Amino acid sequence: MSRLMRRLAVAAVLVSALAIPAAASPATPSSSSGTTASCQLQVFSWWTGGGEAAGLTKLINIWNANHKTCPFKNETVAGGAGSNAKAVLAQRLAAKNPPDSFQGHAGKELLDYIKAGQVLPIDSIYKENGFDKVMPKSLLSQITYKGHLYSVPVNIHRANVLWYNPKVLRQAGITKAPVTWAQFVADLKRIEAKLPNVTPLALGEEWTQKHLLETILISTLGPKGWNALWTKGGNWNSAKVSTAIARFDDLLQNYTNSDAASLTWQDAGKLVIDGKAAFNIMGDWQDGYFSGTTKGGNLAKKPGVAYKWTAVPGTTGVYDWLSDSFTLPKGAPHPAAAKQWLAFLGSSKAQDTFNPVKGSIPARQDANPKLYGPYLKWALTQWKTDTLVGSLTHGVVASNAWNASIDTAIGLFTQTHDKGAFQKALAAAHDKNAV
Amino acid sequence: MRRVRRWGPGLLLVSPSIVLIAIFVYGLIGWNVKVSLSNWRQAQPSYHYQGLQAYRDLNSDPVWWSFDVKHLVLFTVVFIVGTLIVGWSLAFLLDKGVRGEGFFRAVYLFPMAVSFIASGIVWRWLMNPAPGDRETGLNAIFDKLGLHVLANQWYLGQNWGMAAMAMPAIWALSGYVMALFLAGFRGVPEELREAARMDGASELRVYRHVVFPHLRPVTLAALIILGHISIKVFDLIVAIGGKQVITQVPAVYMWINIYDARDYAKGAAIATLLLVVISVLVVPYLVFTVRSERRV
Repeated sequence: MSRLMRRLAVAAVLVSALAIPAAASPATPSSSSGTTASCQLQVFSWWTGGGEAAGLTKLINIWNANHKTCPFKNETVAGGAGSNAKAVLAQRLAAKNPPDSFQGHAGKELLDYIKAGQVLPIDSIYKENGFDKVMPKSLLSQITYKGHLYSVPVNIHRANVLWYNPKVLRQAGITKAPVTWAQFVADLKRIEAKLPNVTPLALGEEWTQKHLLETILISTLGPKGWNALWTKGGNWNSAKVSTAIARFDDLLQNYTNSDAASLTWQDAGKLVIDGKAAFNIMGDWQDGYFSGTTKGGNLAKKPGVAYKWTAVPGTTGVYDWLSDSFTLPKGAPHPAAAKQWLAFLGSSKAQDTFNPVKGSIPARQDANPKLYGPYLKWALTQWKTDTLVGSLTHGVVASNAWNASIDTAIGLFTQTHDKGAFQKALAAAHDKNAV
Repeated sequence: MRRVRRWGPGLLLVSPSIVLIAIFVYGLIGWNVKVSLSNWRQAQPSYHYQGLQAYRDLNSDPVWWSFDVKHLVLFTVVFIVGTLIVGWSLAFLLDKGVRGEGFFRAVYLFPMAVSFIASGIVWRWLMNPAPGDRETGLNAIFDKLGLHVLANQWYLGQNWGMAAMAMPAIWALSGYVMALFLAGFRGVPEELREAARMDGASELRVYRHVVFPHLRPVTLAALIILGHISIKVFDLIVAIGGKQVITQVPAVYMWINIYDARDYAKGAAIATLLLVVISVLVVPYLVFTVRSERRV
């Protein structure tokens, strides 16, 4: 008996040892080798839901109507902010099986690919189409590396937006949206006192906490101080950074929901719409979620009525931007078609088609404002007049490695609330990663 | 020549799998160790020997010991003890004879057929930590039953969050452990039980002195199966907690290091450590089993 039992037990151990890692390993998408005789433009992105997917579909329709010989092949990988897509992309690039073009956040996040020689410069596309004349200089400087341009930005999002429920604010007796940090904290206090069932500031999972810290740092240090943080000589040990950390901790400990780590950015935004929270600090994709169609999984609320917005307190006149851009990978199976795709993406036709649906403003400065909704109209005017600073959470100012170090530091801080250790960890991340 | 004829065909037959396993299992394990000792700490591959630097970095990493390892230990203890108790109890009850045993057996085994991702998402709803009037899932049930004291933060709990995280895993695998134990119970020859009863042993003592000793190899096997599942746990954590320090375990940190931080050496170091820990668990067991089989 016991011998049989032992054998069975050993077999069970071995079989499950083999079977479980196989089941646990992430599914890799069927890599489409370009062996098919006809040309297919393979475009890799993480635009799988809501306005993003709808906007992409519109672009695909235009492309396919004009390029009958080389139709679009949509290679998307689901997952917010591209966290899964980037892993799949890294595998494909390592296996020398790149798509014809892939999505990336403009800025330092693309640097990893550029330094690894995985994407090619596309200066000629800019010159031929005059993109360098219609896109703002500060945007182009962020996507230039050693004098060359490596990507075409399709859209601009703004990260430092304060969303609020006007009805809740009225109930608390607040007549005007806060402009300074002191006013903001006073409002949060007031809501806490007057409306005990309302969360003053709705917050979501870890990356949205980083997003919040980012806007507090910009608010506290100003655009110049913020930009300096990301240079070689940036001083993360300054008193102003300490102030920003103290403000961050104050919000986390006193004014946010206790279940933040279990909420997505949509969940947190919905608390504001439902009147269960007063404020939320999030990028302007929140506008797409609030006002988009219910068919696309959005809330279909009226901008300016169900929700309102303003710049994060202390950042009026500052545009904390991020941008989705597309690249030309080295070894792309159809480079000629890929170049046409990039030229198309930079055109005002493509940008004015995609952006009103996606819920962002075009990277070009000659957009037709009539095509855009109330929030985006506001953003378009601000984009032209505001001081531009790049986003941390969304890949503009810091590399992937630097971002990952900051993620870990924030995750630790929300558990320990040790401000000194947090500032040291942020300074150490700077010293390790600043170039 | 004759000896070759004896083992030659057999060797030939298994040689494809020997070659494949040599390359794809042991070759890649070796490559992984090599990466962990290299200076591949950026997107571009680089294989210069760097010694144990990645391991040293891990040792001094503030999240490694006080979060990742601590979380994993707590998760493993709760998961293994919980699954063994629940699985053993179910097997014990079924062994005592119940009508429709086949039905119950299937029902208890079903959760194992659901992937950790799918069950994780459902458990994420059940263990919703939302407070006050936003309460849903288990907390809402507790409240309706007037058991508000039981409502809690679940996997977001500062100290015991990972114990809550083990609940879906216990739910998923206790049916499997039940099947193992049930086979164990059934493996005890009826004559032995009869003989004990003839000698005047009470039913309790029959179990205590006759049945339980026979279950030791099954318990050991269950322990090892559950142990290595637990050490590698990744999908369940990501489905429920996402990539956050609050629920981070070594396998998740490995992913973060490789795909987010592009620190391949550190990621490979974590993978190597996980392999070593699992080997410490499995290898002595295999050696012991092979030896005791030879003795028989």
